[in-house]
Amino acid sequence: MKVVSLRLALQTAVLAIVFSVAGRAEDSRTVTVSKQELQAKLEYCKTCHGLSGQGYRGYFPMPRLAGQQPTYLENQLRAFIERRRKNPVMFNVAHVLSPSMVAALAEHFRELNPNPIGGAPKEPLALGKTIYDEGLPEANIAACSACHGPEAKGKDEIPRLAGQLFPYTEKVLTNWDKERGLGSAKDTSAIMVPTTHNLTHSQIAAIAAYISNLK
Amino acid sequence: MNRIALQVTGFDECISARTWIMKRIKSKIAILAIASLAAGPLLADESVRVRNCTWCHGISAQGFSTAPRLAGQRYQYIENQLLSFKEHSRDNPLSKQYMWGATANLSPQTAHDLAAYFSALPPQAANDGDRELVAAGRTIYEEGIAESNIVSCLVCHGPNGEGVREIPRLGGLSYSYLKKRLEQWGEGFHAAAEPMPQIASQLSPNQIEALASYLSFIEYDSLER
Repeated sequence: MKVVSLRLALQTAVLAIVFSVAGRAEDSRTVTVSKQELQAKLEYCKTCHGLSGQGYRGYFPMPRLAGQQPTYLENQLRAFIERRRKNPVMFNVAHVLSPSMVAALAEHFRELNPNPIGGAPKEPLALGKTIYDEGLPEANIAACSACHGPEAKGKDEIPRLAGQLFPYTEKVLTNWDKERGLGSAKDTSAIMVPTTHNLTHSQIAAIAAYISNLK
Repeated sequence: MNRIALQVTGFDECISARTWIMKRIKSKIAILAIASLAAGPLLADESVRVRNCTWCHGISAQGFSTAPRLAGQRYQYIENQLLSFKEHSRDNPLSKQYMWGATANLSPQTAHDLAAYFSALPPQAANDGDRELVAAGRTIYEEGIAESNIVSCLVCHGPNGEGVREIPRLGGLSYSYLKKRLEQWGEGFHAAAEPMPQIASQLSPNQIEALASYLSFIEYDSLER
């Protein structure tokens, strides 16, 4: 038992030293990510999220990142790491990213502007536009445009929705509080909870279809 | 994984397992014979074309030697690949040697019919990878390796390598076929199949062997199409 506790103490001491060294290293390269590292990481992101960041329909829909708000991207990456947002694959992706890498990636995707990939049903577009622009007061659904902007470009921590993949938005709105705002930590995703509860499936599909076509 | 874990048994169990597997294969062949008969009338006037494929891909289309399994493959994938051979965008050495000629006079309708026929056949797992690499392969398949910028295969090919729409089913394809395809993307072949060239060129030879091994053992109890 004594041996074990001695070993533990030693390990803790070693860890402490490692952390203090790592901490200093992090400070000294606050804004420096080599061009090569950034390029390799961008290619990695884009193999799933589309070679222009336009999103990709695999077995699961991979969301469009092009034109996304950097603050939103940064928040979501942190939410994956802290398990506030549930996604085993994105946890692995996010936990190796340094803060400076996250900032550089977010900046890059903000500048991209490919056309939406399309593929949404056409029938619910009119209803989608109504909900997006005006909401459904009788169902306690606020206009999406009030926060996400008239052109769905988002702002700061509020995401851009324009051009987002139809099946992705559909899944996100359907599963909102099963996938987001988990754990006890405070999370901006709580704002959306009442709205997602009030939406019916066909209203979700209508919104998802409408925003998927916005440029 | 339970299935795979069950198969990683000691030598003694292997022998009894083999007898059991042989029995299963025999019964599967019987089922396949019935299935092919049932599928027959659909393509009554096309039996010659099916025969042209099965010379190499095997009577029940489970693949043979270098020719991959077609049974149970996603029909949109088979159709797309047939057209890509015809258009020469799938330019791997053996594709060039065999499939360019085979598809030279293929009409879109025939490509569609062949794809429907082969996708409806029940697939069997090749089970020919290295069992010791299965766990490593599964980890790469499911999680990727974020530190080395290797993406998770699961997000596109599905939790059990089942594929979807035009994205191919990988589970149970042969080790040697999977290994060769992954290597050849890194060598510049079939460059049009984005994003696979970008993904495969990040993989080391060991990682390719692990992935191909893992996938070769995946079976499908019931076939979702």
